[in-house]
Amino acid sequence: MIASLPRPAWLRAATALYLGAFLLFLFVPLTVVAVFAFNNAPYPAPPWHGFTLDWFLGNPAAGRVGLFRDAELLGSIWTSVVVASWVTALSVLVGTANAFLMERCRFPGKQLLSVLMLVPLVIPGVILGISILAFCSRLAELADSLWGLDLDFLRPGLVLVVLGQFSFVATIATLMISARLKRFDRTLEEAALNLGASQAAVLRTITFPYLRPALIGSAAISFLMSFENFNTTLMLVGEDAPLTVLMYGRMREGASPVLNAVSLFLMLASALLALALMRTGRRGAERTAATAADAA
Amino acid sequence: MMLAVLLTPALLWLFALIILPHVQLALLSFRERIAPHTYAASLMQYRTFFSEPLYWGVFVRTAIMSALATALTLLVAFPVAWIIAKVARGRASSLLFVLCLIPFWVSETVRALGWLILLRESGVLPTLLVRLGITAVPVELLYHNATILVGLVYTSLLFMVVPLVSSLESLDNSLIEAAYNLGAKGPAILRQIVIPHAAPGITSGCIVVFMLTLGNYLTPNLLGGKNSQWFTELIYTQFIVRFNWEQGAAFGFLLLALSTGMVALGLRVSGQRFVDVMRRA
Repeated sequence: MIASLPRPAWLRAATALYLGAFLLFLFVPLTVVAVFAFNNAPYPAPPWHGFTLDWFLGNPAAGRVGLFRDAELLGSIWTSVVVASWVTALSVLVGTANAFLMERCRFPGKQLLSVLMLVPLVIPGVILGISILAFCSRLAELADSLWGLDLDFLRPGLVLVVLGQFSFVATIATLMISARLKRFDRTLEEAALNLGASQAAVLRTITFPYLRPALIGSAAISFLMSFENFNTTLMLVGEDAPLTVLMYGRMREGASPVLNAVSLFLMLASALLALALMRTGRRGAERTAATAADAA
Repeated sequence: MMLAVLLTPALLWLFALIILPHVQLALLSFRERIAPHTYAASLMQYRTFFSEPLYWGVFVRTAIMSALATALTLLVAFPVAWIIAKVARGRASSLLFVLCLIPFWVSETVRALGWLILLRESGVLPTLLVRLGITAVPVELLYHNATILVGLVYTSLLFMVVPLVSSLESLDNSLIEAAYNLGAKGPAILRQIVIPHAAPGITSGCIVVFMLTLGNYLTPNLLGGKNSQWFTELIYTQFIVRFNWEQGAAFGFLLLALSTGMVALGLRVSGQRFVDVMRRA
């Protein structure tokens, strides 16, 4: 019952109980991940054997490779960063072009195009992955048989991972940037033009500064979604595994607390990113961001 | 000129990465290898699916489990959304909302790792149960259907809470007060005022959650182990392990058809437009 109406005591108690249980449900899994990054035992499982930083710093004497010395893990983080940077750059660029296209232009078939742009969000990530895999392989075969070209980048690998992630992240960037451009007061541009500013100057000094929060927000979300993507990436990955794929492989072999250590950093990084975005954005923007964050 | 410049990236993106790959996938699924490097058009891949109980069994199971997970997510998320939108005020409401979002900024891999540590036989919860004297020996809490459902609900919560909160926030409190003053009880208010008003949010949330659950791979695979039998795993096996792309493509289309079908059904039932639902989500 809403706050302005009388609520019986049992209802208040039930609400508090439910809320407590809900918050436990939300945070216990994340808490155990963080806690067992510091447990002095080879498996992330109880009982507690005392505090250690071995899983970060390593301890050659005990045969423990810490996160900071785990070349494979650090390499995969770097791979994820490179992939995410490409996906972000492409998505924000294409998203901006799409926003101007949908908000400023008129052309036949616009309605159809606007629906098409949403489609990548309703295609399961696994299917986006296999369709791009199959298509690129077909292209590579054709190039080989027609011109004798060996187009290696069309084989499973990071280029395909970038394309696969970009294929749906672009939709989210488009939605976020369009939403802000839609609210823009065009009389500001007209005033500048009347006062003798060139088209380019108007874009640079008025339109883009206005769009900045959406550009930054969509860049952050694109980066996060790419960094955390698993489904699409799994289908397209070659020899260099991004972080999520590597972690998945290791979790299937049996988890080592090094994974907890790297997870702790991921949580901290995500929390910082979330805080930064919430400071710049209002609640509405925050919400778009939050929803987008996991669409993968 | 301007139009051409802006239209090019959009068309390149949609044709090269969405439309053409799916056409190619469709073509793959409708052919059959009759000799090395020789293919003929056929419906064999789809026939195999329907004649092999294992395949369609997993398909049906995935659909039912996804529907269950969606319903459970709605049940868990609705009270929280209600508290955020209607009971808590000001800062408390914002804080609660942000708390709900935090876990979803963290990778799904990390969330699955948390559940693994909690639920495996040597994990936190079985140990705790022994400590409390509830079970004599540690029980394996992983690899059950219930485990998969818990993981899926956990992963999907956000996509339900957000649309629910925004649809509940737009509900005018005075309507509820009026109903209350006229003598309506809680359940009647819920049924006659709250749910009809929140229906668009409920539909949006359910559609998105169902879709994501159906297409999930990581959570069922890690929490369900060999018992997960999720349809995306069959697709992965055909494509990556067995290299039987024709069969994998057919499976992909079947999953896509189910996903699209359910979205269309949800929209039809609630009388909403696709574009609006996606914008809201």
